[in-house]
Amino acid sequence: MIEDLFPLLLTRYNYYMAVIIMMIGLYAMIAKSNLVKKIIGLNIFQTAIFLFYISIADVRGGTAPILIEGSNALYVNPVPHVLILTAIVVSVSTTAVALSLVIRIHREYRTVEEEDLMRMEGGSG
Amino acid sequence: MMEHLPVLVVIIPLIGAYTSLVGGWVDRRYAFPIAFINILTQFTAALLLTVRVMQEGVVRYNLGDWLPPWGIEYVVDRLNIYVLLILLFLSLLCCAYSKRSIGMEIEERKHTGFYTIFLLLVAGVTGITVTGDIFNLYVFLEISSLAAYTLVSSGRGGKGLVAGFNYLVMGSVSACFILLGIGHLYMLTGTLNMADLARVLPPLYTSTTLHTAFVFFIVGLSIKTALFPLHLWLPDAYTHAPSTVSALLSTVVSKMGVYATIRILFSVFTVEFVVGYFPVMEFLSWLAAIAIIAGSLLAIAQRDLKRMLAYSSVGQMGYILLGVGMVNQLAMTGGILHMLNHAVMKGCLFMVAGAFIFRTGFRRIDDLKGMGKRMPWTSAALVIGALSMIGIPPTVGFMSKWYLALGAIEAGQWVFLAVILASSLLSAVYFWRLLEYVYFREGEGGVEGGTGDVPLPMLIPMLVLAAACLLFGIFVSIPLSLIDPVAESLLGGV
Repeated sequence: MIEDLFPLLLTRYNYYMAVIIMMIGLYAMIAKSNLVKKIIGLNIFQTAIFLFYISIADVRGGTAPILIEGSNALYVNPVPHVLILTAIVVSVSTTAVALSLVIRIHREYRTVEEEDLMRMEGGSG
Repeated sequence: MMEHLPVLVVIIPLIGAYTSLVGGWVDRRYAFPIAFINILTQFTAALLLTVRVMQEGVVRYNLGDWLPPWGIEYVVDRLNIYVLLILLFLSLLCCAYSKRSIGMEIEERKHTGFYTIFLLLVAGVTGITVTGDIFNLYVFLEISSLAAYTLVSSGRGGKGLVAGFNYLVMGSVSACFILLGIGHLYMLTGTLNMADLARVLPPLYTSTTLHTAFVFFIVGLSIKTALFPLHLWLPDAYTHAPSTVSALLSTVVSKMGVYATIRILFSVFTVEFVVGYFPVMEFLSWLAAIAIIAGSLLAIAQRDLKRMLAYSSVGQMGYILLGVGMVNQLAMTGGILHMLNHAVMKGCLFMVAGAFIFRTGFRRIDDLKGMGKRMPWTSAALVIGALSMIGIPPTVGFMSKWYLALGAIEAGQWVFLAVILASSLLSAVYFWRLLEYVYFREGEGGVEGGTGDVPLPMLIPMLVLAAACLLFGIFVSIPLSLIDPVAESLLGGV
């Protein structure tokens, strides 16, 4: 049983790492009161997914997918890379929108702490 | 021109977004007419597309002439076109409504930006409806969601900002889950085309990876559709957004989430999978039933009109998912019909709430005493919308509840039948209270804000929707002629 576990861990550690990083991000989003730290958490969360995608694209011994006439090289799968380029663009735009919201929240309430915000909102109705 | 229609309906608002931005730079007054004409053009294109779909059944379009499954394919069938028409019709009315409505709620210098983002949102939801590629669906989902976050926080005051921020965090997490689900599917099959996925998945139905992917999809989509108990972002976002945005969110954005759910449940994974291999429908139906009751109960507890409507939306989304979850022809028809009904009724009611705020600044139900006399047309629209929400014939709300109830009987689910009836009573409770204040309580004399109805650009969309509540209720055969084959083809495997 235990002997089976090690190869399992070692051959699939990319998935475990992705999940661990994802959980770190999720923890930051839930536990941190500072809105900027929440955004950082969100970014860590998204990065974990990017790494997951990139790791599934890998082919052992594969090389960059550049087509050269006459060579029969083994290529890694380029599609997940392309998908992730798109997802990175989405993630950057999300971060931009989130940060601009934080700036406006700071202008309005002079704080970016969620606890303070909740107290203020609770006070005004 | 005609063969490019599926992609044109997406491109028109994208071009429109930039034209209205440039037009707005030249003169702020140009932004609105450009946006309006754009959505009108898009609606016309969608109508032309409807004609084609009616003739050909399914319209396929290969983007950039790349053959599927390598290229992105746009597929328009009856379900797409039905949802597309609802979304564009409501966007058109919301756009018309916004002209006067945003005057008070959004700073003047931001109006150009408002219409630009409005059009981007429309482009996003249109893209979701026409695409046949699952990653493309994710990208459009994010385009429309990003636009929605921005619109929610575009009003004056800080509450909209905080609501927008929370919406953004929840929405992004849900999008990440969907992305993970797509990743698992790709890992398993190496394809992203929905039709192709449906073709290659059946031998893999017992795979754990597939089950993981499915769970990621369900959780992600449940957050987007605000299925109870993942609805927490919704009430604040609907309440603190500018009125026209609330109407847009509750009609257009929520429908796109439901559409994506139906598409992924039945067109990517099939009925065979969701019933036989991974019996999630039973669970979804129960969740939807809880959502219906909880949404209605929470709505009764609210004092703020828009917040009450927001909680009632949570319940209404439950109706649609309940219809989908019971997996039989009648219930499915009811659920899909309710997409149209909810869009029409809730759009009307949010516009009425916006009209009250526009004229008097009152948000609380207690303050709305005597509105029936002060704003007769607005209140009339409120009555029709409210009756339709309760489900009194001949309004349209009755028809979908009728089909849902028949579906529950056919499925032998007596609990769900009781839930549907009980929630009608509960919605009667909160809407009668509202109507009582509006019509039967005397308002104090000399209230500020003046009397009379709202300006015509706001009144007309409201009355159109109120009329639609009645017309679709009486001539229910028109939407049904479209929905029946849809429900049949979705349930094809059973």
